Amino acid sequence: MTPMKKVLLSISSLSLFLQGQAQNGLDPVDILKPLSDQWTTYSGDYSGKRYSALAQINQTTVKNLGLAWVTRVTAGTGPSGSAPGGGGGRGGGASAPIIVGGLGTGDLNTGGARFSGSILQVNGILYLSSPDNAWAVDARDGTILWHFYWKTRGGTHTGNRGLGMWHNNLYLETHDDMLVCLDATTGREKWHKEIASFDQQYFSSMAPIVVGNHVLVGTGNDLDAPGFLQSFDPETGDRQWIHYTVPMNAGDPGVDTWASLDAARHGGAQVWIPGSYDPETHLYIFGTGNPTPAYTTGRGEGDNLYTCALVAVNVDTGKMAWYYQTSPHDTHDWDSTETPILVDAPFHGAMRKLVLTATRNGYFFTLDRVSGEHLVTGKFGLVNNWASGLDSQGRPKRDPGKDATVPGSLVNGDVTNYPPPAYSPDTGFFYVPENNSLRISYLIDDDPRGSMGLGGTMGGGGLSFGSALIALDYKTGKVAWRHMLSGGSSGLLTTAGKLLFGGDGSGNVVAYDPASGKPIWHSRIGSVGNAPETYMLDGHQYLLAVGDDQLFAFVLH
Amino acid sequence: MNIRKLIAASACAMTIVAAQTPPPANPQNGRGARGGGRGPNFPQQTRPLAAPEVLARGKALYGVHCSACHGGDLRGGDQGGPNLLRSMLALGDQHGELIGPVILGSRQDKGMPAFNLLATDTTALAEYIHSVLALVGRQGSPPGGEGGANLKILVGNAEAGKAFFDGKCASCHSISGDLKGIATKFPEPRTLQNTWVSGGAGRGRGGRGGGEDPSAKPTTVTVTLGDGRKVEGRLVRIDDFDVSLIQSNGVRQTIAREGDAPKVEVHDPNAAHKALVPTLSDKDMHDVTAYLATNK
Ligand code: HEC
Ligand code: HEC
Repeated sequence: MTPMKKVLLSISSLSLFLQGQAQNGLDPVDILKPLSDQWTTYSGDYSGKRYSALAQINQTTVKNLGLAWVTRVTAGTGPSGSAPGGGGGRGGGASAPIIVGGLGTGDLNTGGARFSGSILQVNGILYLSSPDNAWAVDARDGTILWHFYWKTRGGTHTGNRGLGMWHNNLYLETHDDMLVCLDATTGREKWHKEIASFDQQYFSSMAPIVVGNHVLVGTGNDLDAPGFLQSFDPETGDRQWIHYTVPMNAGDPGVDTWASLDAARHGGAQVWIPGSYDPETHLYIFGTGNPTPAYTTGRGEGDNLYTCALVAVNVDTGKMAWYYQTSPHDTHDWDSTETPILVDAPFHGAMRKLVLTATRNGYFFTLDRVSGEHLVTGKFGLVNNWASGLDSQGRPKRDPGKDATVPGSLVNGDVTNYPPPAYSPDTGFFYVPENNSLRISYLIDDDPRGSMGLGGTMGGGGLSFGSALIALDYKTGKVAWRHMLSGGSSGLLTTAGKLLFGGDGSGNVVAYDPASGKPIWHSRIGSVGNAPETYMLDGHQYLLAVGDDQLFAFVLH
Repeated sequence: MNIRKLIAASACAMTIVAAQTPPPANPQNGRGARGGGRGPNFPQQTRPLAAPEVLARGKALYGVHCSACHGGDLRGGDQGGPNLLRSMLALGDQHGELIGPVILGSRQDKGMPAFNLLATDTTALAEYIHSVLALVGRQGSPPGGEGGANLKILVGNAEAGKAFFDGKCASCHSISGDLKGIATKFPEPRTLQNTWVSGGAGRGRGGRGGGEDPSAKPTTVTVTLGDGRKVEGRLVRIDDFDVSLIQSNGVRQTIAREGDAPKVEVHDPNAAHKALVPTLSDKDMHDVTAYLATNK
């Protein structure tokens, strides 16, 4: 049989097989369930806790956790590793069909697969993405079922954060600003819609978040453009609303926190990491990115709303209910986009509906998520020196001396970043990766008009004080324990099995005791992607982790 | 940024990490940056430029009519014209269809005067604006980004720096000994400052990325085994579960760890600077740099 015929045959038999499998896809009401058997949205559920109810793998059994399968995933149009065993092609597995879309010529997609997003698990199938690529993988044995490849027109190729799902539709954002809707069964494209202007140098990488009949979509931009969150119709891809994260018109609230309307309209506050959703209040709560120009003057002396803020919008209207700025007038390119975590927990003797967030500037916040009322600010990071205390609203007060200066200022690097935090109701701790470093920050463009984008600065003289995995107490904001690591931590997962999973920056995926940070189990799989995940199939709890460009699934033996 | 980069960055801890750091790129200020993730490859950087005579005409017209308000470099001027290099309108324009009407007077109520120009001239102006937009660097940095060479880094007081050095550095260094001629070795003041603050070892280069100097003193490790035997060597890798080292005879060894057993002592040649630097004020730092700069 010619290779071509073989491929065609395997496509048709595969899609027959798949039609029987994923009949109904994902009903959006299933995303409302607390994280357990499936992984239905970026954080596994809407709360952002990354706390799974699964407890088959627990402190006692975890020692028996071993490999179920491993699959190498290859981006672009190269060979698709479909056979288990690292994609070596042993065992005669047919290649997965590659479905090609996109408006580019195909000469711009370079580099291997990079997994810095979440992986969905619905009805026994994993759905994952890398910039310009998406795959469906059998969650039981690691077989690649289809591979969608988008020929990009270009754009700043940051990591892609994952897919969203609504019934049998999957949604992928591309770095050339399309929202692509795929048929989850076949990987074929249903439609694509432009969600931001590629000419204006937006690039899109957020994992779309499905809430009811809304597909929430964010974008990125480094060239002084306004940020926004948008909602699209899941079937047609028509836009339902757009919420700008900076003032866009004269008289808009917050415009007086900028040098001018022109400055506000170029002020950034991009939305590039998913937020969390509270079904009771219909509030979608997310963090916004840094202001632009990022390091220099040019935005006035005000707070620069709504950059580096936690923002709550009504998901039906796109209207803002409240905001709280976690880094007023940021001058260090420290986005506050980190995924917030929604918990119902005791606070000063009463149950409260809370939202918790640890932001890139090394501060932790507990707020009331219904009103936005500030309750607690904590500080983390071993050498966190950029601010001089807190203001009356509990916000860190930037020390202007620690801005980038011409002769250089000695200032800490970002203390955490997008890799997702986790929260365990068993311990009441909020877990987050912590980076500890100092560097000299130089201003290299002292133009009084300010620089543009992330320009005008240069770093040097860096010293690392090590990375850590830390547990924060939401009631006090204090660090309950700190486990030093030799590399940088990945994002995290906690479970009812009283385990905390994460990468240790040295190539291990590790299970820790969430009460103390003591390592209990590990496997050396390579650089651990975004965050480990877990799911349950046929009575077996799986641990899923990315190691470099491979997927590793573990089960109990 | 992806985890791999996160590790690299935290290991050398000197990279200014961008909002969403793209994969490694060649520092690229010119145009024609093709290739995924290699510097900007948005339409402004990849579209063909207009013919040289059109650009020359546009540049001349810009100088005469526009630069007073929008700045000679297009980044905005004293007389209220906004920065055109981040203009949503200019970025969205193809060949003057959006820019042209503004030049002809559609924004007069907002302070942008009307110009009585021919269509060929407004097109030439638009094409010229695009040719400058093409020079916008990675992550929105303005054209000619590697600037700052003329800025005065040495602002410290060399005498105060000497006093600080005698008190805090002289226990390990001598200005006439190991640090003799340090300012000749590192004539560029930023590099000099980066080098002494970070303790050298190639950490002084600054800018984005930049690894450690292979000639740098290695981190070593001593492992005391259960039977009291000591294994020593250059540290390759350490985590909660293993420590790998290369012994003086070139043999690599990996030893399993379980909690505190066996005893592992890591000797970081840079420990002294890691202890000192968090206590430095920016003024101390500038003073010491000014002092070292006199040591040619
Ligand atoms: C007297 C000062 C002045 C001069 C001279 C001037 N401009 Fe402007 N220009 C402005 C102002 C003020 C605005 C902002 C108008 C607004 O807010 O909509 C503007 C806006 C623009 C815009 C739209 C920017 C945007 O993002 O909306 C373009 C394009 C532009 N000018 C091009 C030119 C060109 C080309 C010339 C020369 C032919 C020129 N301007 C000369 C003051 C000036
Ligand atoms: C306790 C000892 C100690 C003290 C105190 C100390 N240093 Fe160092 N310094 C070292 C060591 C050790 C190295 C080599 C580090 C390495 O190789 O990683 C070093 C490296 C350097 C270098 C790099 C030399 C080169 O040629 O690359 C400079 C410059 C330097 N130190 C300056 C200073 C200054 C200035 C101070 C005081 C502000 C200071 N040091 C304080 C121990 C010390």
